[in-house]
Amino acid sequence: MAPLLRMLVAQTLAELRIRKRIPAFSLTNLVLPVLFFTFFGLPFARDTFPNGVSVGAYLLASFAAYAVGSVMVYGFGIGVATERGMKVDLLMRATPLPPGIAIAAKVLNALSFSLLSVVVLIVYGIIVGGVRQDLTVWLNVTLRLLAGSLPFVALGFAIGYSAGPNAAPALANLIYLPLSFASGLFMPLDRLPGFVRRIAPYLPSYHYGQLAWSAVGAPSEPLVTSLAWLAGYTALFMALTIRAYRREESLKFA
Amino acid sequence: MNAHTSPAVEFVDARKRYGEVEALRGISLAIQPREVVAMLGPNGAGKTTSISLMLGLRQPTGGQVRLFGLPPNDRHARSRAGVMLQESGTTAVLTVRELVALFCTYYPSPMPADQAVAMAGLTDKADARIGTLSGGQRQRLYFALAICGNPDILFLDEPTVGMDVEARRAFVASTQSLADAGKTVVFTTHYLREAEELARRIIVIDHGRVIADATPRELMAKVAGKRVSFTVPRPLAADALAGLPLTALDMSDRRVRFLTNEPEAVLRALFERGVGIQDLEVAGADLEEAFLSLTRRPEPA
Repeated sequence: MAPLLRMLVAQTLAELRIRKRIPAFSLTNLVLPVLFFTFFGLPFARDTFPNGVSVGAYLLASFAAYAVGSVMVYGFGIGVATERGMKVDLLMRATPLPPGIAIAAKVLNALSFSLLSVVVLIVYGIIVGGVRQDLTVWLNVTLRLLAGSLPFVALGFAIGYSAGPNAAPALANLIYLPLSFASGLFMPLDRLPGFVRRIAPYLPSYHYGQLAWSAVGAPSEPLVTSLAWLAGYTALFMALTIRAYRREESLKFA
Repeated sequence: MNAHTSPAVEFVDARKRYGEVEALRGISLAIQPREVVAMLGPNGAGKTTSISLMLGLRQPTGGQVRLFGLPPNDRHARSRAGVMLQESGTTAVLTVRELVALFCTYYPSPMPADQAVAMAGLTDKADARIGTLSGGQRQRLYFALAICGNPDILFLDEPTVGMDVEARRAFVASTQSLADAGKTVVFTTHYLREAEELARRIIVIDHGRVIADATPRELMAKVAGKRVSFTVPRPLAADALAGLPLTALDMSDRRVRFLTNEPEAVLRALFERGVGIQDLEVAGADLEEAFLSLTRRPEPA
């Protein structure tokens, strides 16, 4: 049999190449967080909260969380739904490529693209917004967000296996935008209406944001709490994915 | 079971049911290494279901299917199989060469990507994005993907659909050379001519059953080759055609239709019986009709 590592490398490179060649998709993912930071963050980038935390750093961390989550939710949601619509999965199933390798390649591709997206955003914040933090802080923000992105990977797959290629973008927007907004990723929670503040602590993106906020020194819940919530949501979204996958399996491949 | 002595493909009373529909009603057959087999049958006969079972894309609801003595979805078995499916898709933004090279990495001893592209007759399109290919070119791409892994067995489901005459000829030549090189080839087709040209064995499937399994020559002898139709001045008596070598008789109103291998003998007999014949037409039966004559053949005594 062909070596798995060689398959994984080739598959990941092909996925990256595919992403690069659909600029409408990849550019959106790169540009939107920068644009949002420009609107919502830039005016206050040089301010500090009463507790001494830089507003700019806090908002950069928030939009970095938004950026990574959106790469995962939109990337897998739309990507998987499109591939199902074009019946790419049918041919792939007949090859010796193990499904695990195909998925791992997609995740690696999304992680590297997330990294690019976060770096672009932070560099923009530093240069244009004049936000100053130690490099280790940015490194910490980036690593935490990449490592904690699993629930959004799972959410993306759940959307991709549930929705058709036309419905997937709308569904992803409908789920991910309100989630991000209500979790304080667009503007700090204390600026949001009271009922939103009460809902936020139950949302995955809120606990995901905590990973980034604590990295820039903002007051936040204990790391264990965030991880527990994120693990719970990962399990939930994976269960939804498996259910949708099985339903499709029983229709197309029983 | 030893994978080296097993048949390439083995069906043991394989059954497949989709809800209420019985797609395969108990098929038993073995395809030996180096055989070139055509699976022939009308739409909905169970050809694609059979191929799906051979590939492990679907699971039988009864009986067993083996690929080189292994479950068909086993990676060892799959690493020896190349596949061309109906209705499958692929990314549009990679080039032909890029996708073929990617598929090469799935197999233990692939051929160079450029060789597969050349054998599929796509060399001038090697650097074109897949999204720009025509239907026939896309079909050639799928052929390149099927052969690039240097498989021991090739499964081709309706491989020539959408190909023009030239592409079909190139495809037949490539498949022939793969067969000559000792590959096992299993393909489905609607075209009797294509089956005759390539296969040394034709398995005819209808309504989920094997209704014939023979060499092309044997099969042609069994299949009624001509469709005869004519109009009679007044409706015929029920026994007017009794004892004549014909099948699939249809007498609606004053138009009479049937299939036969001996149109001259039948017509001579009809003239002798004094049947008035107008608007006579004799034409080669198409495959659908040929199947009809197979399925409606009286059981040999």
